[in-house]
Amino acid sequence: MTQTAPTKPEMGEEPEDRPAAPGPSAGPAGSPKQDATFSGLALAASLVILVVLAGVALFLCLQAWPVVGAPADEFYGGEGFLSYIWPLVAGTLIAAAIALVIATPIGVGVALYISHYAPRRLAKPVGYVIDLLAAIPSIIFGAWGASVLAPRVVPLYDWLAQYLGFLPIFAGPASATGKTILTASVVLGIMILPIITSMSREIFQQTPVLQQEAALGLGATRWEMVRMTVFPFARAGIISSVMLGLGRALGETMAVTLVLSGGPFNPSLIQSGNQTVASEIALNFPEAYGFRMNELIAAGLVLFLITLVVNMLARLIVNRYKEFSGANS
Amino acid sequence: MSKRIDVESLNVYYGDFLAVEDVNIEIEPRSVTAFIGPSGCGKSTFLRTLNRMHEVVPGARVEGKVNLDGEDLYGRGVDPVRVRSQVGMVFQRPNPFPTMSIRDNVLAGAKLNSRRMSRAAADELVESSLRGANLWEEVKDRLGKPGSGLSGGQQQRLCIARTIAVKPDVILMDEPCSALDPISTLAVEDLISELQEEYTVVIVTHNMQQAARVSHKTAFFNIAGTGKPGKLIEYAPTQEIFNNPKDRATEDYVSGRFG
Repeated sequence: MTQTAPTKPEMGEEPEDRPAAPGPSAGPAGSPKQDATFSGLALAASLVILVVLAGVALFLCLQAWPVVGAPADEFYGGEGFLSYIWPLVAGTLIAAAIALVIATPIGVGVALYISHYAPRRLAKPVGYVIDLLAAIPSIIFGAWGASVLAPRVVPLYDWLAQYLGFLPIFAGPASATGKTILTASVVLGIMILPIITSMSREIFQQTPVLQQEAALGLGATRWEMVRMTVFPFARAGIISSVMLGLGRALGETMAVTLVLSGGPFNPSLIQSGNQTVASEIALNFPEAYGFRMNELIAAGLVLFLITLVVNMLARLIVNRYKEFSGANS
Repeated sequence: MSKRIDVESLNVYYGDFLAVEDVNIEIEPRSVTAFIGPSGCGKSTFLRTLNRMHEVVPGARVEGKVNLDGEDLYGRGVDPVRVRSQVGMVFQRPNPFPTMSIRDNVLAGAKLNSRRMSRAAADELVESSLRGANLWEEVKDRLGKPGSGLSGGQQQRLCIARTIAVKPDVILMDEPCSALDPISTLAVEDLISELQEEYTVVIVTHNMQQAARVSHKTAFFNIAGTGKPGKLIEYAPTQEIFNNPKDRATEDYVSGRFG
């Protein structure tokens, strides 16, 4: 008798005596009923996710629909949806961009320290603390940013306004409370730091040992080894970790709401003003009704689309990275 | 170029575990020396102490001396980075840098430590190193292509070219043919015979025919049992090790009666 190993059916050939589940089956002696039950449960669970996602998208689209074609003076500010939404989108993008500029070098640096520089005894606790940072609720970050960080950065903002005030982004007079978009961005940067750090660290640790030894064997210092092997290997992974961090920064609500004393668009980062989409919705939602509600939900739809695009880009890069590492490991 | 290696009562530890015990060995310049022995007998570990590569593993340390033409590699103030540019290494599996072209792979080590070189000098080094590794004719028309696109045997010779581009005194090879087919193995073995004219070559191999073919002297390492340290059992001209070994364990091993 030949071995009845579970092999892939030939192209076009109907697998008759096998359950629909892919992969190795339990064989004729196994229990098809159990398999069927479990595969049904798994299917149901994954369908629930799809249904929820579709439901959210549908809700956003339906609720935002009245905004389309509505006369301009019905909108908040009275000049149409575009002029309502663009300062919010700009504020969101500015805050997220600054957060990335702050968090990326620190996150990558800390990840590299943990994976390649720190003595083992230190690497674990440091990594653990960074992961803990991710577990702190965003409202705590917001409260800390508003009550501790903001007052303390005022002298720095004054200094920036005095010496770099010729740049529009540092135009004075600086906010006396420190509750500016720059402060909010710093808080956001701290919040996305663990995302970038833990993902980069994991990828750095996967750099093939053989490659690292090749570099060291040629007489490379540790930093040269990192530049020759770890960074090229992890480049795509770093990019996707940054994209995931960006996704979080774009959608973050509570911290920004608490830290930023918002207002209309303001090119100066050290004055009050500016607002993000998420924070705008959170601030106005409780009192909104009728058309104002539709307007806020439309803003939410815009945010949903932005984060969707960012996340899809990240996935795309992660997938390309997988192929890349598989071909070369 | 080529230097003598002199090892005096070397013990290698991983943490508290003694991996290799009390090795004394003298390796002549311009020669090929083979290390043979069963798996886990410490021959690779010992090889890696010759350019301080074992230090990559946390907790690894040595006692004793490794002298390269009289200079102790473990002396005070000796930089392992400099040791590794003097004592090059070729690994078990070909490991060209996947993101670099063939040309950049060859120059990778030579460009380290912020050394600058003119384009002409770089071209010359690439050609001489690839010629030295018997690879020039096969790759001269595609130097800009990635090194990972070559066959396994070509990749291994590219790694050897990369090693000799640094102009080391000694080349260590850790089972350099274990991932190669017989034809590629032959090409690498031919290359080893040529390399000994300029370098001190030390090679770890599981293939006893290979040791017999390429080496002048052979060192047999053995281990008394799991958890025991590896030891250098016998070190003699290759002919003697294979035809007339003094130690019983060596005889058993080279005649295939081991285990």
